Amino acid sequence: MKRATIDIWVGIFVAAGFAGLLFLALKVGNLASFSTAQAYQVQAKFANIGGLKVRAPIKSAGVVVGRVSSVMFDNESYEAIVTFNVDAQYKFPRDTSAKILTSGLLGEQYVGLEAGGDGVMLKQGDRLRLTQSAVVLENLISQFLFNKAAEGKEGKDGK
Amino acid sequence: MAERTLLAGLRQWLESLGHMASSKIWRLGFAARFFVYILLHSGTAFRRFGLTIREIYFAGVLSLIIILVSGLFVGMVLGLQGYDTLQRYGSSEALGILVALSLVRELGPVVAGLLFASRAGSAITAEIGLMKATEQIAAMEMMAVDPIARVVAPRFWAGVISMPLLAALFSAMGIFGGYLVGVQLIGVDEGAFWSQMQSSVDVREDIMNGVIKSVVFGVAVTWIAVFEGYDAPPTAEGVSGATTRTVVTSSLAILALDFVLTALMFTGGNAR
Repeated sequence: MKRATIDIWVGIFVAAGFAGLLFLALKVGNLASFSTAQAYQVQAKFANIGGLKVRAPIKSAGVVVGRVSSVMFDNESYEAIVTFNVDAQYKFPRDTSAKILTSGLLGEQYVGLEAGGDGVMLKQGDRLRLTQSAVVLENLISQFLFNKAAEGKEGKDGK
Repeated sequence: MAERTLLAGLRQWLESLGHMASSKIWRLGFAARFFVYILLHSGTAFRRFGLTIREIYFAGVLSLIIILVSGLFVGMVLGLQGYDTLQRYGSSEALGILVALSLVRELGPVVAGLLFASRAGSAITAEIGLMKATEQIAAMEMMAVDPIARVVAPRFWAGVISMPLLAALFSAMGIFGGYLVGVQLIGVDEGAFWSQMQSSVDVREDIMNGVIKSVVFGVAVTWIAVFEGYDAPPTAEGVSGATTRTVVTSSLAILALDFVLTALMFTGGNAR
């Protein structure tokens, strides 16, 4: 086979291979969808973060506005400090509250932001005051059982 | 008398065991020295890049058909089987995640590597073995041409370059196959298919690790292939035996390396 034909085929092969990689990176992966280049960092303290992971989404009104960048434990208050990056194009009032929510019954956990009414906007390094911890299913069930037990006792006493 | 024959038999058995072990270890050492020698003498493969391009044609371009077709079918089967299981839990939209993650992390590099070993690795071994059997390699040495630099190194680098590209094409084709079956045939929502995939496939964690895997498999397969070819006894049976050994050894090497790499790459995330 001629040299030029081989060169052309190898060129096509290499180009196709890189096109495949590019397809994987852009269409399959999330390289294009979100960059942390223009983002500001906000912190929030939670009494319990449940199963929140680094890179979990930050959503407001269901729209992804950022990602969790780190989860740490605070030795003084014995609470979890969650740091997250919010995309710079989204602005939130300073008294925004953060909740840890679960998508679906068994889905992954994410941070939900609910905008407040303050005129001053959040900026780099701010800390959210109002937070609500993750719902731990075991606590919920035990609370329910204790309530039931208390109700039963009241019923008996009433007789 | 009976004791003496028993002792002699034991002695012979131990001797053959020792010989087998030491020759295996010697061969391993030879393979390692051969690898270093290839790396040291690969200057020619890059200076005269035409040689390597020619080998990329034989190892990579000619493997394209089998890689693309099997990628497509593996993806289509994943789509069918994944849908069947996921729809029982009412989460058929997660089909995109299942297809993409299993292809990018595991199936792409591993199956492409196995196909590459049997399609290109065996050809490399047979070619080098036959060159040795017909004394072409000895003739090169007579003409003061280093056969490792001229014959072995270009084939080695061609395999190392081709393998990641083939694995990427395999994964891309497989995801396309999963899309065809899942979205076009069964009717999973197209937006959910792609967006769920994009939200859970990480470029660095998943795609880069897949590429690293395929590079490692490329090195392993072509190293085994060129070594078996160069080490083959210069007879017809020798070359055929070496070709078989290439396919068996490199398939086992791919599976074993895959386990080690997966353990290194993907369990750290769970432990965190």
